[in-house]
Order: sequence, then C-alpha cells, then structure tokens
Amino acid sequence: MPNERPPHTVHPAEKPGILVKPGADPVLKATGIAKWFGENHVLRGASITVWPGETVCILGRSGSGKSTFLRSLNFLEDPTDGSVEIDGVVVGADPFHREGAERLGRIRELRLRAGMVFQEFNLFPHLSVIENCVEAPIHVKGMARAEAEAIAEKYLAKVGLSEKRDEYPSRLSGGQRQRVAIARALTMQPKVLLFDEPTSALDPTLVGEVLKVMADLAHEGRTMVVVTHEMGFAHEAADRVYYMDQGEFAEVGPPEQVIDAPRDARTKEFLSRFRTLGDKR
Amino acid sequence: MNTTQDAQALASSVAANDHRRAAAWRLRFRIVSATILGLIGLFIAVYLNVDASFVTRAAPFIFQGVFLTIAVSLLSITLATILATFGALGRLSRSATANAIASFYVSFFRGTPLLLQLLFWYLALPQIGLVLDPFVCAVGALGMNYGAYMTELFRAGIQAVPTGQREAAVALGMSERTAFRRIVAPQAFRIIVPAIGNDFVAMLKDSSLASAVTLQEILWKAQNIGRKEFKTLQTLLIAAAVYWVMTIIFTAVQNRVEKRLAAGDRHTEMKG
Repeated sequence: MPNERPPHTVHPAEKPGILVKPGADPVLKATGIAKWFGENHVLRGASITVWPGETVCILGRSGSGKSTFLRSLNFLEDPTDGSVEIDGVVVGADPFHREGAERLGRIRELRLRAGMVFQEFNLFPHLSVIENCVEAPIHVKGMARAEAEAIAEKYLAKVGLSEKRDEYPSRLSGGQRQRVAIARALTMQPKVLLFDEPTSALDPTLVGEVLKVMADLAHEGRTMVVVTHEMGFAHEAADRVYYMDQGEFAEVGPPEQVIDAPRDARTKEFLSRFRTLGDKR
Repeated sequence: MNTTQDAQALASSVAANDHRRAAAWRLRFRIVSATILGLIGLFIAVYLNVDASFVTRAAPFIFQGVFLTIAVSLLSITLATILATFGALGRLSRSATANAIASFYVSFFRGTPLLLQLLFWYLALPQIGLVLDPFVCAVGALGMNYGAYMTELFRAGIQAVPTGQREAAVALGMSERTAFRRIVAPQAFRIIVPAIGNDFVAMLKDSSLASAVTLQEILWKAQNIGRKEFKTLQTLLIAAAVYWVMTIIFTAVQNRVEKRLAAGDRHTEMKG
C-alpha cells in the first residue's frame, strides 16, 4: 500500500450546480474508489465531487457497480482502494487494517454526515414510525427524546406522514415506508443523503409519491447522491449525471448532455435500450 | 336479471356445505380419539389387574414429584438460555477464540448422550472432590446440554434477521454493538421465544433422566413405589399420565404465548 494517496482531482465536467453558493468547497469527495470481490473487479477507480446543495444521479445498468460505489461512500462496502471525504472527515481504504478502532470511529463520524435510504427501506419493524426516526438521534447522538421527536415530527410532516407517527411499518404501504425511511435519515441531520435505488422495490403506482418527496428535497438544496433508474427524475432534479459502466464513470455531465445527447458510446447504447422500451409502453 | 341473486345463493350453499363437512370432520376426529383412549383403558383394566387401593396410594406419591420436575426444568431452561445466548454470540463472533470455544461446546454437548452427561456430573465429578446434590447435577447437565442445542437455534434466530437491518442501523451511525442490542436482538428474540417454549416442554420429559442420579422427581417416585410392591408397570403408567397432562397444559400455555407474540408481531408484512 502506498502511504501517499493521490490528491482528489475534479473532473472537467464537474461544475458546481445552480444552488451551490459561489466559492463553496465540495462537501463530498470520493477519490479513486476501487473494489475487488475476490477475483471480481467491481469498481475500477471511480471518483466523484459533490458540492453542498447539489443533487447528482448515478445511472448504469445492473451489475455496473453503481450500488457498490454508493455503499462505499459510507463504508457499508469497504473499498479496496481509494478514499472518501465528507464534510472534512476523511476515511481511506485500508484493506490490511480494516478493524482498527480509530478507523472505525472515523467511519462512524462519516456515517453521521451521510444519511442513507435503501432500496428495501430497511425500517425497523419492531419500532413505530416515530421510534424509527428517533432511535439513532437518541442512542447515537445522545439527543434528548423531546428534541429528537420534535425534529422527527418536522421531517415526517415534510414527507407527508405526520398522522402515521405511531403506526408500525408493517401497516404502511411501500411508498409510505420509503418516505418514513427518508424522514429517518433526515432526522439525523446529515450533510449528504445517499439513495440506493429508492424506488426499485416499489409497486409502480407508488413510485411517484417517493420521487416527489425526493424532488422537493433536491429543489430546497439538500445535497443528494442518487443511484436510480428513474430517467425522468434524473433529468428533472439532477445537477449532474454520472453514467457508470463496468466500475468506471464512462460519462459525466449535466442531464441535458448525458441523457439527451450522450457522447460516450456505452452511454448511448444504454439509453437507446431505455428509449425503445419507453416507446413501446 | 337474477344472476347476482343466483351467485349469492350458490355462494351461501357452498359455505353451508363447507361448514357441514368441517363439523363432520371434527366429529370423526373426536370419535377416533375417544376410541383409542377407550381401548387403552380397556387393555389396562383387563390385563393389568389394576389395584384401586394401590393406585389411590401411589398416584399422590408420584404426583409429589411434579414440583421437582417443573423446578428442575425451569432452572435448566434458564441456564440453557443464558448459555445459548453466549454460545450464539460466540458462534457468530469474528474472534477465533470465542468461535472455537462456542463451537467446541456445541459439538461436545450435542455429540454425547444426555444420560452420559448426567452420570458424569454425578459420578465423575466426585472423583476430583466435587460432590454435587442430584438437583444441581440435573440442572447443570440438562442446562448445559440444552444450551448447546439452543445455541444453534439462537444463532439461526439472529441470522434470520435480514442483514439490511444491521446495515440501516450502522448507516445511521450506530456501533456494531448498539446495532445488535437495539435493532437485531429484539427482532431475533421474537423469532426465538416460541422455540424456547418447545424446548421447555421437551425438557419436562427429559428431566426424567435425572431419576438415574436419584433426583426424586416423577419417574423416580414411580419406580420407587412400584418396585417396593412389584407394581412398576402400574406406577409407570401413572407417571406417563402425569407427564402427558403436564405436556398438554404447557403446550396450551405455549400456544397462548405464541399467539400473543404473533399478534404483536410487526414482521407480518403488508404487501405494497
């Protein structure tokens, strides 16, 4: 392992989005993320720069490594090489000393700055909606219950589920569950929200309500990294779109370029499949 | 048109028919059960020369063992639950030491007969100067043996909690320890409790092995009074009846608890 990590380089196509305050520094820098699963080279050195207030979308076919990349940003997947910096907290890949106490502490610091929303919601089934939201603020941040509940209620109102406060997840629809999961992530007041295909497990009729909440968050200047297949959402809400192919970003740029007029041959091919399917519907 | 009415009439006659068939099934079930019981009673009455005055003396004596049987079973299942919790944590631990100790425990205690383990506590430990009361031997042997089986059960229960639960917890900044204590363990507990009930009912009967180390529980009492008057077969039948009734009662209790848990179970997923 080299002791010196290569410095982060901003891709020429990465320019701060419209909601970014002029002169602001990036809030998230992922540099040269590589991942081997045994002999399988899943990520081949992918980098990303996100400024505060931006929404970026990562597109790509299944198996391209986009979910693994997102999960590397909060070290749910421990990458083989590369480093992640979120809001000043830096954690590098260290495959020979993954379990060091100091490193695990920094990973937790990083996770406090990055909320995550999963494809399968992963709400805690033994806890009510409000308890789902306040569990981590109370037991991780040591926040007083009243304070945590006040914050949680604010975000439950934002996702339109105030009246479900005391329900259990099993009594909610998929769309409602995912909105609770978003409120739960927001209650931790993270700097960045990570979405891992948040609508892929949903009944098609319920996708809209979740995308609407996400679009609202994007427009009010939440910093979001979204792995998705929803072209419409990416087009409408993203400041920048990344197209991942075989563990690398093949194309980066504003949605008008990457989705409407892709330059890279692989992106073109991916999107042409999407269009054919879309037209037939 | 009358099609709606026709359909309703059809539906209600189908329902009535289903109801009749279910009632007939229950009746047949009861008749067969009663017949089996009656045949057993007849066999006993005709061939075993039941001595009514002996039975009225022996039955209360045997019944006195119920308290010890239940006491041993309760203490043993408690010990087993504690051991199984540590055992399961060890089996799931990344530490080679913890894993090896837990694996050895499970392998050894599941790999040797319970009766042998019981005799070991009673006969072998005195050789190193450790003379234990039969009650302690029984609780120790049953608890450690059941603990080994339950270790695997607890491990399976913990593993049955989806990995997404742990991931969601640590993604919120929880340490592995907090994620286990606050998120995974409570869900595993709901999965495990019915199985502990099963094991308790099994333990009630396995505790009879403790008669071999002179613990004066149901079976010991049955053999004791039976042998004195050369009526062991009758006393064994009385003991069997006592065990059977106990099992029926505790199974009913267990079903109640299970239903309670299922009612409060937040796992029952609604699709959507």
